[in-house]
Amino acid sequence: MAKPYVRAYVRPNSLAGYPTGPCFTAGHLAETNAAWRSERPVLTLERCNACLRCYLACPDGAVLLRGRSIDIDYDFCKGCGLCVRECGTHALEMVPENRKGEKK
Amino acid sequence: MTGDPAAQPKFLSGNEAVAWGARLARPHVIAAYPITPQTTVIERLADWVAEGSLASEFLHVESEHSALSACMGASALGARTFTATSSQGLLYMAECLTYASGGRFPIVMMNANRALALPWNIYGDQQDSLALVSSGWIQLYIEDAQEALDLTLQAFAIAEHPEVLTPVMLNLDGFVLTHTYEPVAVPSQEAVDAFLAPFETPNKMSLTHPVNMGFTAGPAHYTEFKVQQHRAMKNALKVAADVGRDFARHFGRDHGGAVVPYLCEDAEVVLVTLGSVAGTVREVVDELRSRGQAVGMLKLRILRPFPERHLLQAIGRCKSVGVLEKDVSFGYQGAVFSDVAAALSGQGSKPMLRNFVAGLGGRDISRDDVRAMFAMLQSACDQTGESRLHFVGVEESTHA
Repeated sequence: MAKPYVRAYVRPNSLAGYPTGPCFTAGHLAETNAAWRSERPVLTLERCNACLRCYLACPDGAVLLRGRSIDIDYDFCKGCGLCVRECGTHALEMVPENRKGEKK
Repeated sequence: MTGDPAAQPKFLSGNEAVAWGARLARPHVIAAYPITPQTTVIERLADWVAEGSLASEFLHVESEHSALSACMGASALGARTFTATSSQGLLYMAECLTYASGGRFPIVMMNANRALALPWNIYGDQQDSLALVSSGWIQLYIEDAQEALDLTLQAFAIAEHPEVLTPVMLNLDGFVLTHTYEPVAVPSQEAVDAFLAPFETPNKMSLTHPVNMGFTAGPAHYTEFKVQQHRAMKNALKVAADVGRDFARHFGRDHGGAVVPYLCEDAEVVLVTLGSVAGTVREVVDELRSRGQAVGMLKLRILRPFPERHLLQAIGRCKSVGVLEKDVSFGYQGAVFSDVAAALSGQGSKPMLRNFVAGLGGRDISRDDVRAMFAMLQSACDQTGESRLHFVGVEESTHA
């Protein structure tokens, strides 16, 4: 499943750039929404058996299907850790944000 | 003028004339809640839908708030929508009025002008619509049953115009106009179809072009939407004039522009008013003219957008101007008077101004009352401030 397309926000530079009333193609609300995350789920691909319980559990749709495994959309992941709790094979682990990209 | 040879003469009340106008406009959705003195408008429409002669969805909602909400929902799908209300009902839907205007939903609504509680009163005055004059709705004030039918049709053409896309409130004086029967020419469906094109808008929900509707705009963007609304409203003056001319071409009837001057060209004294009382004022003007007095009347047909330029052209050179209205903004003066006085304040030769508040809670406005207003306007003394406001027919002191 492809990541939903979120259009870049371009601020109108004059009245003429505004739509007629509050009615416009969606996509201007947010490009990222994850600023308050203190820990991130990190995937160890070799341990993933593609059960997709993380995909089902994610309340934000931030777990994306990628081939026979998954990927995390860090632009929208809030770091709640539900995917890690659901993961039966310890393929997902929470890693503090100050250790970006590091794995054990 | 071509006229409409297939038109049918009928004997209709103001409410029935509005119902006929709404019927002939072929609305997809009618949502309404009954309230005196509006009830017979929606009774008639409901009858027609029930018997199958009107192919509209009629939504029996549980309140006026829901009536206008349902109209917005339907309008968001690109449907032509109609509703009607009055007084407390209009106030109950007040929250939705700004939603409809800000959302640019071109809903047409008839309002039977009626007094506001308390004290409880079901009779006519204009306090209801004037309390909501800044809600972003185009406000039209109607004098007779034929105009009621004709303007209901024109209202859809004005509201749905791409440069306007703003809802329209048609105001009829409660009982005096809503329940008075008059001969009315009811246009043929063919003639109306030739005049009023089906509603088309890009601002709607669509499976092929999905949009985000009714969204938030914070401090960075809200003002721009309000400026757009203001300009669309201003556009309505020109569009309403065009629509009126087009209507006259199709049906041979012209009810005048945003303002209708009556014998104002050489008048020194003019009474400005709106709604059905214009008929009484016109008769008194005729009577005083026959005695050689230079008096006239200016009827406001459109109150929002305010036709400032038209008003100045018609009465800008008068010596004395009165405003007769059935409302008061408590603690100051009549709402219409404030508008008229503001328009005239930019003039080099400022006329003397007086405000006559009359007809509250359905009290009759007699010819004698109007004669007395003209007499006051003709008296030379300048009136400023609070003393410009006169509550007609109220005795200030007792003579026990």
